Amino acid sequence: MNNVIYGINGPVITVLGNTGLSMMEMVLVGNDRLVGEVIGISDKETTIQVYENTTGLAPGEQVTGTGGPLSATLGPGILDNIFDGIERPLKAIEAVSGDFISRRVNVSVLDEQREWDVTVCVKTGDQLSEGMVYATCPETQIITHKCMVPPGLSGTVEAVRPDGKYRLNDTVVTLRDEKGVLHDLTLCQKWPIRKPRPTARRLYADAPLVTGQRVIDTLFPVAKGGTAAIPGGFGTGKTMTQHQLAKWCDADIIIYIGCGERGNEMSQVLEEFSGLIDPKSGRPMTDRTALIANTSNMPVAAREASIYTGITLAEYYRDMGYHVAIMADSTSRWAEALREISGRLEEMPAEEGFPAYLPSRLSEFYERAGLFETLSGAAGSVTVIGAVSPQGSDFSEPVTQNTKRFTRCFWALDKSLAYARHYPAINWMSSYSEYLDDLSDWYKKNVGEDFLDCRTRITRILQEESKLMEIVRLIGADVLPDDQKLVIETARVIRVGFLQQNAYHKDDTYVPLKKQLGMMRAILHLHRSARAVLAAGIPISRILELGLFDKLIRMKYEVPNDNYEMLDGYIADIDNALTSLG
Amino acid sequence: MVIEYMGIKEINGPLIVLDGVKNPSFEETVVIRLENGEERTGRIVKIEGERAVIQVFEGTHGVSLSNTRTRLTGHPVEMPLSSELLGRIFDGAGRPADGLGEIFPEKRRDINGTPINPVSRVYPRNFISTGISSIDCLMTLIRGQKLPIFSGSGMRHNELAAQIVRQAKIADKEAEFAIVFAAMGVKNDVADYFRRSFEESGVLSRVAMFLNFSNDPIIERILTPRCALTAAEYLAFDRGMHILVIMTDMTSYAEALREFSSSKGEIPGRKGYPGYLYSDLASLYERAGMIKGSGGSVTQIPILTMPNDDITHPVPDLTGYITEGQIVLDRTLDNSGIYPPVSVLPSLSRLMKDGIGEGFTRADHADVANQLFACCARVQEARSLASVIGEEELSPNDKKLLEFGRMFDSRFINQGYDESRSIDQTLDLGWELLSALPREELDRIDDKTLEGHYKPADEAPADE
Repeated sequence: MNNVIYGINGPVITVLGNTGLSMMEMVLVGNDRLVGEVIGISDKETTIQVYENTTGLAPGEQVTGTGGPLSATLGPGILDNIFDGIERPLKAIEAVSGDFISRRVNVSVLDEQREWDVTVCVKTGDQLSEGMVYATCPETQIITHKCMVPPGLSGTVEAVRPDGKYRLNDTVVTLRDEKGVLHDLTLCQKWPIRKPRPTARRLYADAPLVTGQRVIDTLFPVAKGGTAAIPGGFGTGKTMTQHQLAKWCDADIIIYIGCGERGNEMSQVLEEFSGLIDPKSGRPMTDRTALIANTSNMPVAAREASIYTGITLAEYYRDMGYHVAIMADSTSRWAEALREISGRLEEMPAEEGFPAYLPSRLSEFYERAGLFETLSGAAGSVTVIGAVSPQGSDFSEPVTQNTKRFTRCFWALDKSLAYARHYPAINWMSSYSEYLDDLSDWYKKNVGEDFLDCRTRITRILQEESKLMEIVRLIGADVLPDDQKLVIETARVIRVGFLQQNAYHKDDTYVPLKKQLGMMRAILHLHRSARAVLAAGIPISRILELGLFDKLIRMKYEVPNDNYEMLDGYIADIDNALTSLG
Repeated sequence: MVIEYMGIKEINGPLIVLDGVKNPSFEETVVIRLENGEERTGRIVKIEGERAVIQVFEGTHGVSLSNTRTRLTGHPVEMPLSSELLGRIFDGAGRPADGLGEIFPEKRRDINGTPINPVSRVYPRNFISTGISSIDCLMTLIRGQKLPIFSGSGMRHNELAAQIVRQAKIADKEAEFAIVFAAMGVKNDVADYFRRSFEESGVLSRVAMFLNFSNDPIIERILTPRCALTAAEYLAFDRGMHILVIMTDMTSYAEALREFSSSKGEIPGRKGYPGYLYSDLASLYERAGMIKGSGGSVTQIPILTMPNDDITHPVPDLTGYITEGQIVLDRTLDNSGIYPPVSVLPSLSRLMKDGIGEGFTRADHADVANQLFACCARVQEARSLASVIGEEELSPNDKKLLEFGRMFDSRFINQGYDESRSIDQTLDLGWELLSALPREELDRIDDKTLEGHYKPADEAPADE
């Protein structure tokens, strides 16, 4: 069929007549064969969004269908790589088109020439069903890549190749399906990005994603396979928090999506991650990371696709039985891309110009997170952590509000905390986590029986402080009775010494759970003992003179991560100092 | 053979519609000749078959449905480039406006540019000394950064920008330094002020100015920053120079975009601005940076006036999400005569954390900056408490904080228009102010650093 361009409006083009293209089909547009996707069809015209800059495109140029939806290529070589929003490798593009991304660069998604050390783990005659592993290869030094039978395919192994070096598109196993058709299985497969990859069943997520960030692990934990939103105005440290999580969380694989963000930030991630050594494996962080960079000046339609590309990569690694964490920075840019395309299509807008399908798109995305039993019987998870950039720092705007509905963790970043350079600027009063009950058994078993108890008491003190602060703001702190002054002092220790965490300090940037518990115990011990001393009639000024509170504030720097038994010494010091008063 | 199209189909504000066009291409430049011989330029912004919507840069006054002949040029809007650009003045659409004749181009480039590949970028970490304490210490400018000034009408943002240009130049003697100045919808006086101040500081021959005045056609304004940035990219990445781009005023630019969008009949987003305002602003701001293998850099200082001093207005809001920090000016400070009226708390430089400290500025820089920020936040709390219960009733510590706040405003923030402080002077001044506070207030600095620098008031040399 001869389909030619009729209309062009920014990234949206139209083709007249019944084109025979199907919805969401990937098409190649114009003489430069730009990648596009069908987003609307009527009997009169077909609407296509183009993932590249449309300058210079002219009516009458060809539009060719590819017969399939926009798909991601999945295989070894994804990790330690950086892609744009439609999974084109930026390093390869650089080699072809130089420092600036020009159009019409045709590069293969994954390196087709590189040879992988493949171990074939099936033999002739084996029955294979979808999702089963037929070959493995070390993708990086720490991650073993598992080649799985693509979903929807099963059968008997007809032929296998011996172990050895193979390239991406070399056949390693030949499979005969029930109908007798032969399928060549290579090291890679394709999957449409907008469709969740199938799994056997959803599992109950009861283990936390340990991040080493005290305010998150202790106050608002997220489960492996959970969802979390980080909303915050500009300058509140969304990106910084995302970087910290990407660096330190205990997921096996990190997919970092820079969706409509700054170019310099992406180069920082690249530089920082390759220089940073993962303490567990002793290898650079990039060995377990894939980056998707669609900066704000790259084509807007590809920004819309980047989120889906990212989660498809994550699901692929999940199916191998890995725990994957996705950092999406920022989902607001993605929502704005939706709005922009929707505006070009002249759709009826809902709230603030966003299309009416914004909530359903958001929920589709977040629902792809979870802890699953994969088709091959392993357990793997995808944890989604999405940053939200509310317009005008107003949390009542549609993207924040709708994200709140579909995520179970909400880490609200606060402008006034950020102004006071209290980082991470997660507001302890307006944030929440719904995972606490799910995770309580894990914490009891793995950290300490009293972990959740300590947490409750810490939050109670913080809550009490915020009530007292209302009074203090009106009449000053001097008029408060001593026991309330004590609450304010303890809360200060919690805020400055516990919740505030220095990402640039070698010990403080990541704190193990046991040390977090130890710190809480020390703070609560001081609070309890000081209250007893007050009850004995000793004024608080004398307790403050001992400098115990300031000492606890500094303990985060002074106690090394590998020697948190030192914290017991603090408790002894507190006891000694306080008994000296009595 | 060139085809000319007689007459037009429709006129709507700055847009004209041409019918029966053969082979138009998207964003192609067209030349429209009026009966009286006047030529205007436009570009195709929408195509539907043989119908093309054209945006006319000079406006459509005097255009009728029949008095024009339109010709397609076959290429997008391009900017002629050569090193001769420096020392010249252009109009908002990139045409020479100083009567010195055409540029003899070495190259022509599409003014829309193409995105820098993120993997080709160098992460910027070279400190630019501006000689202004508040900026150098607390929101350090880094080469390759985009750091806007958020101001309001009537505040002294132009003086601040001119001072940065004047003083930043001195800091860099070894590399070639040049300025690209883009004025969008500014008053003639403002453009003239910048021209004079460039002349006074002797950099005029190193400046390329692109001027679109407030009475110039609004559509031209959409081209102005693009022409300027195309020139900047050429000078930086082809010629290896360090380019400082000053763009003023981004709010007028966004308003031009809004006007254009509404005449195109697009669905408006917040406050009537088009839904793609973010992407559009990003396509400008993201053209700052450094590239591997090229010695040059593009640093941007966009200036924008916040309507009604509202930082949540879409233009400052979206800008803040794209740029790497912001310098926010405050009207209360400005009214109390403090120059530059930099409001410290909402200001920020995202790149400073990797461009300061040992080897860049001074080992204690980060500590001083963090502590000053934290103290300023506490000063604010103390001030609001004082406004309720009166200063007399405050605790001694809060009183000290208030005193610190006053000194901070009048000695640290405030500095002369011609006064350039070195980073050492700035940091020492910071320590001097911090030393007036009790030691336990300084909880952001570890003991070792405090040992070396903290000198309580009685030991410190007396003021004045």
